[in-house]
Amino acid sequence: MPSEPDRPAGTPVGPPVFETVGLTKIYTMGEVEVAALRAVDLRFEAGALIVLLGPSGSGKSTLLNILGGLDVATSGTVLYNGVDLTAADDAALTAYRRRHVGFVFQFYNLIPSLTARENVALVTEIVDHPMRPEEALALVDLGHRLDHFPAQLSGGEQQRVAIARAIAKRPSALLCDEPTGALDLATGVVVLEALARANRELGTTTIVITHNASIASMADMVVRLADGQIASVEHNVTKLSARELIW
Amino acid sequence: MVPSALNRKLLRDLVAMRGQALAIACVIAAGIAMFVAYLSNFGSLENTRQAYYERQRFADVFATVTRAPARLRDRIAAIPGVSVVETRVVADVVLDVPGLDEPATGRLLSVPAAGRPRLNDLHMRSGRWVSADRADEVIASEAFVEAHGFALGTRIYAVINGRRRALTIVGVALSPEYVYSIRPGELVPDPKRFAILWMEHDSLASVFDMEGAFNEVSLGLARDASADAVIADLDRLLEPYGGRGAIRRAQQFSNWSVENELTQLRTFGFFVPLIFLLVAAFVLNIALTRALALQRPQLAALKALGYSNRELAWHYIKWALVIAGAGAVLGIALGIWLGSAMLRLYNLYFKFPLLAFDLSAGVMLAAVGIALASAAIGAFSAVIRAVRVSPAEAMRPEIPIRYRHSAIETAWVRRRLSTTTRMILRNLERQPVRALTTIVGIAFAAAILQVGFSLLDAMDRLMTNQFSVAERQDMTITFVEPLSPAARFAVSRLPGVLRVESERIVPVRLRAGHRVRTLGITGLPPDPDLKRPMNRDLRVMRPSREGLVLSAILARVLAVAPGDVVTVEVLVGSQPTREVRVAGVVDDIFGISAYMELDQLHSFLREDALLSGASLIIDPARERELTRALKQQPALSGIAAKHVVLENFRKTMAENMGLMLTFNVAFAGVIAFGVVYNAARVSLSERSRELASLRVLGFTRAEISIILLGELAILTLMALPVGAVIGHVLTALLVRASESEIYRFPMSLTPRMVALSALTVVVASIVSGLLVRRRLDRLDLVGVLKLRE
Repeated sequence: MPSEPDRPAGTPVGPPVFETVGLTKIYTMGEVEVAALRAVDLRFEAGALIVLLGPSGSGKSTLLNILGGLDVATSGTVLYNGVDLTAADDAALTAYRRRHVGFVFQFYNLIPSLTARENVALVTEIVDHPMRPEEALALVDLGHRLDHFPAQLSGGEQQRVAIARAIAKRPSALLCDEPTGALDLATGVVVLEALARANRELGTTTIVITHNASIASMADMVVRLADGQIASVEHNVTKLSARELIW
Repeated sequence: MVPSALNRKLLRDLVAMRGQALAIACVIAAGIAMFVAYLSNFGSLENTRQAYYERQRFADVFATVTRAPARLRDRIAAIPGVSVVETRVVADVVLDVPGLDEPATGRLLSVPAAGRPRLNDLHMRSGRWVSADRADEVIASEAFVEAHGFALGTRIYAVINGRRRALTIVGVALSPEYVYSIRPGELVPDPKRFAILWMEHDSLASVFDMEGAFNEVSLGLARDASADAVIADLDRLLEPYGGRGAIRRAQQFSNWSVENELTQLRTFGFFVPLIFLLVAAFVLNIALTRALALQRPQLAALKALGYSNRELAWHYIKWALVIAGAGAVLGIALGIWLGSAMLRLYNLYFKFPLLAFDLSAGVMLAAVGIALASAAIGAFSAVIRAVRVSPAEAMRPEIPIRYRHSAIETAWVRRRLSTTTRMILRNLERQPVRALTTIVGIAFAAAILQVGFSLLDAMDRLMTNQFSVAERQDMTITFVEPLSPAARFAVSRLPGVLRVESERIVPVRLRAGHRVRTLGITGLPPDPDLKRPMNRDLRVMRPSREGLVLSAILARVLAVAPGDVVTVEVLVGSQPTREVRVAGVVDDIFGISAYMELDQLHSFLREDALLSGASLIIDPARERELTRALKQQPALSGIAAKHVVLENFRKTMAENMGLMLTFNVAFAGVIAFGVVYNAARVSLSERSRELASLRVLGFTRAEISIILLGELAILTLMALPVGAVIGHVLTALLVRASESEIYRFPMSLTPRMVALSALTVVVASIVSGLLVRRRLDRLDLVGVLKLRE
């Protein structure tokens, strides 16, 4: 894996972090073959905030999983900072996830038996040069709930712990699968603010899956997927802040 | 050092499932306790024995003669390889003991007045050595003195050569030759009725007309001597004087008994913990598989965060190791307690100067190692399977589990099944492997219980059968010397004697190739009615006209089968050596025996119809009168009343095996509970969401309990027949493994014992069901539905 290139914080656009060429993923379900992705070609610029839109089954989760090293493509290539992920074995993918990517899941996936601080520590203990857990939690405005267990936190708070856990390793890319999917409007806004702040202040390339089209207004780049193919790619000239979104 | 976040997770996960962890730790502890208790006692007994033998100069070779001149001693000493020779006079006499109605047996052994015996020295407990000028002084065995509560100076009476003589106890001692002592012809020690008495040599010799002679010799061998060569030379020297064949230390009765106990300890110490730990590993595997199934989303998230398979596998293996460690600590503590209790029992019938419980570091380390290893083995496959989960799963919502109609649900059946019953059936069928592992786990608990119960039952039946089928006489008497047939009529005229069956026992050495055993051939009437050779399956055998009927174990030791020929070296009289055919084997229970028809035996010995003893049926109302008369009979060397023997055996067995088997049964109960409780808890945590949903829909607590506990009930019921089969196999294995030349358990499979073990498992299931039911009642409906675990 390549080392992360030095990049000043706040640079909105730069060289591609991810580049996919002819990316195809076919799931075999019994005798039926389902193509989740069909020959997708994409470039994601470093430091950008990208929103993936599309209905259920459009292939956005599959794309995110492959970019994050959770799944492998059937054919085509994925380059991360110029390195081909499709050639990596399981151990290399584990190392890739460990050092370079942060995940935020729809259902938070916190370890219920660990406090907020400990859930973050879970990551900071296994990487080089992480933030302190307290620092990461302060970034998502949870500096005051360090020692609460997941069950003692609201859904929005749990998701912000998950974001803190993802950014604490200072990843090159933050991958979020429906981060507000399980949250109400007001809570969702707080979570999105936290994501935008991490993107802005740490310069982390952030890819957010959603089927809420209004979120697209806060992105640098909006990719619409339909039926495993790219339907459109837009670049926003002006970004809205999370609070300005119209739901 | 601050524990890592992952280790803190480990700790909290363990605390959260402490009930299950404790149940598993208890199963491990049970196995470890057995291991520690058995093997520590093996070590304690072995070391104590060795030190004691060394200190008291326990002899290497023992031989008995009728009467050999004292001068022979120098020739014996000259045998190459012999380093020490000790000769003495030994005689069995009938004792009249104050406070005892029936006669007791005394074994008189001569000791020098000045100095100590060169071999088999006594360990004095109290009092003093016998003096040369007092012919009535004896040193008595501690067991005998304690059994009667005698003080120094107590007088007992011996019938010696027809005269009643008073003996004064001046000392109390132990001897390495009588660590374990049994009155001839009995099964278990009876210290009240068997006394070992040491008397000054010249006094004893003069009473028995043995002046300038001896009838027993013991040898100490040089380190590199060949015992076989020495025995051959010794037998040659003693032959003209009525030598009955020398034996080596391994065959000396007391030592042989201790040796057998040691072998049994080692067998049990290996076999029983093995079963327990296998079950523990198995239960751990089930518990961990299920606990990890619940942690799937967490596992996937951890992998997505970049934890490697190796790190996660180690994380969950540690989980098992912590439980095993706790089990090992608990087990060692329990083992020390159990071992000490066992040792107190040993002290009742093994007479050592000091036999103390000794826990060696080796046993302790092995215990910890075995506990950890079995846990790791149990955890391994579960963990490996679990960490193979794809990290992408963390990104997906939970997929509904795929259910189908269960196999027995035909349209007709389905109409008749309630919804809850259908849920139970489909849930069982959806995960057949899991259902199977639970069944096997519960079956093992039932099986171990059955082993325990069966052995208890076998013991009881062994007793009953031995005395109602094989030895139906009320009393056995032994003569000092073989007597003419006229003695039979003399005995039948004694008060209260209803029937007499005569018996001839001849000491012989049986030889088949290089394999040798020394024992007595018992001559019985053609169709014996009182004393009868009995198989373990209760079939009675008749003595054969055609040759010898041997104990099955003796045939095995000698490696002979019916039709083969063995060499019989008679050890008395003219000491003829003949070849005799093995006519049959009897799979008997106690000791090693050889039977022959009485007439055949007489002609084999070329003697008149002599008797060495008799079996009697007596009138119980006149027993006291009879024993009084027998006490006065100089020709008798031993009298054994059945009810006394039986009582003694019951007491010893109840004390000894009773303790061990009670523990087995208690531990098996722990296993049954551990398995069932684990199964119930895992089902509960897996299905709490589903059950809570049902509660929200309006199901009552009782109704959802049925879904959960019904599944458990079905699994338990299915496990019972499997358990009966495994139990039977394990019992058979254990019966085989514990076979010794002293006794063999009869194989016992009684419906009562199977039912009893099944019942215990059912009770354990109900108790764990009730415990889980309490949790079900406290199910947090809102919380459960909100939380996606």
